[in-house]
Amino acid sequence: MSDFLAMGGYATFVWWSYGLTAAVLIGLAVFALRRARARREELDQLQARLGPGRRESRQ
Amino acid sequence: MTRKKRRLYAVIAGLATLGIAAALVLNAFEDNLVFFFSPTELAARELAPGQVIRVGGLVEEDSVERLDDGLTVTFKVTDTAKTLPIRFTGVLPDLFREGQGIVAEGTLGPDGVFVARDVLAKHDETYMPPEVADALKEAGHWEGDEP
Amino acid sequence: MASSLHRFANPNRFMRLSGAVLPWAAVITAILFPIGLYLALFASPPDYQQGETVRIMYVHVPAAWMALFVYTTMAVASAVALIWRHPVADIAARAASPLGAGFTFIALATGALWGQPMWGTWWVWDARLTSVLILFFLYLGHMALFDAFDDPTKGARAAAILALVGAVNVPIIHYSVEWWNTLHQPASILRDGGPSIAASMLWPLFIMAFAFKAYFVTFLLVRMRSDITAAKLRALRRTQVEGAGMSAATPAAAEADRA
Repeated sequence: MSDFLAMGGYATFVWWSYGLTAAVLIGLAVFALRRARARREELDQLQARLGPGRRESRQ
Repeated sequence: MTRKKRRLYAVIAGLATLGIAAALVLNAFEDNLVFFFSPTELAARELAPGQVIRVGGLVEEDSVERLDDGLTVTFKVTDTAKTLPIRFTGVLPDLFREGQGIVAEGTLGPDGVFVARDVLAKHDETYMPPEVADALKEAGHWEGDEP
Repeated sequence: MASSLHRFANPNRFMRLSGAVLPWAAVITAILFPIGLYLALFASPPDYQQGETVRIMYVHVPAAWMALFVYTTMAVASAVALIWRHPVADIAARAASPLGAGFTFIALATGALWGQPMWGTWWVWDARLTSVLILFFLYLGHMALFDAFDDPTKGARAAAILALVGAVNVPIIHYSVEWWNTLHQPASILRDGGPSIAASMLWPLFIMAFAFKAYFVTFLLVRMRSDITAAKLRALRRTQVEGAGMSAATPAAAEADRA
């Protein structure tokens, strides 16, 4: 296991690469999902306020 | 002509013009775009004394010698046509070895020895496990390291 | 009116289609990443020259491929948006650029982390590295232009033109390693005579590449759907302000009226 973590002496470079990649991909994903949910909820609320007839015509 | 057609032709014409312009610019700046010169290209160039330049090639087999101070290394790089002796004091990258491509930055001395202030290793596009490399060498299929 | 109805229907059809594709893309992403990571980190061999650092390749190369793929996608979408004024195309281009910037950043950062131990330097100004850095700035410029105008259609148009102008950089990046002497090595996969990577390293690379692509499809769709929701939200707010009974309610319809 420690052999694996050591990466033949290149641990810093290999693990930083994977760490940075994960950080960027997860960061972009979380941002997109959160914003999508917030907008969705806001739209639902607004449509509920404006009445059910409006909702049908917009979907 | 409809507006859509007109826009389509405008985009195509714009891209074509841009492509030609880019090709001309890149062609004109060729000398600045190349990262290093080969020993042959270097020999054909007029160099100002002390001009810093980069030269690249393969480290010739059996040419690497460590001087007594333990830090200075001399070796020869080759592009198979011409060979250039290089002297370098400092830490070499992990990939530096005989037969491997390198790029050295420095000045060409009056004695014809290139004094490098920096040496970078260049690797080729071949990737394989060590066992495969050994097997290839044993079977005599080794093509050698390309630059 | 007929054409504005057509435009109105387009994003809705996209919402239906993307809603069907999205779960599959998400599942494929979730399956491919663990397999790819296992192969890349455990089950693949070290390189005969580069040792364990070759494992950086399994994130560096897919990210670099995606950086170019996303830009190409964005340029095509921008051309469609400029020529045919297709509203979904603008939304696609806008949703793509932050993802492309992310992939380009990964390619640059992991390239530096790979270059330091192998080449002996984090960065050099050779043609390959410099052209990829320019790609990164093109993505950032594209993102900025969308919001640089008060009129969103103007912003979209300016961004589309930038995306098309920047497209000349894509072939330059690809061929830079062949046209000019660079420190970066030539291509290993797309080369004459077939890939120069051993099969035990090629498979992990391909699976990681597909994982990256599935990730892109997933979050491109998430972002596009989210942007369409935002457009509906803006339109609803506008009708709310202008009073009930207005029929032109999406920016697409509003744009059609203006055109």
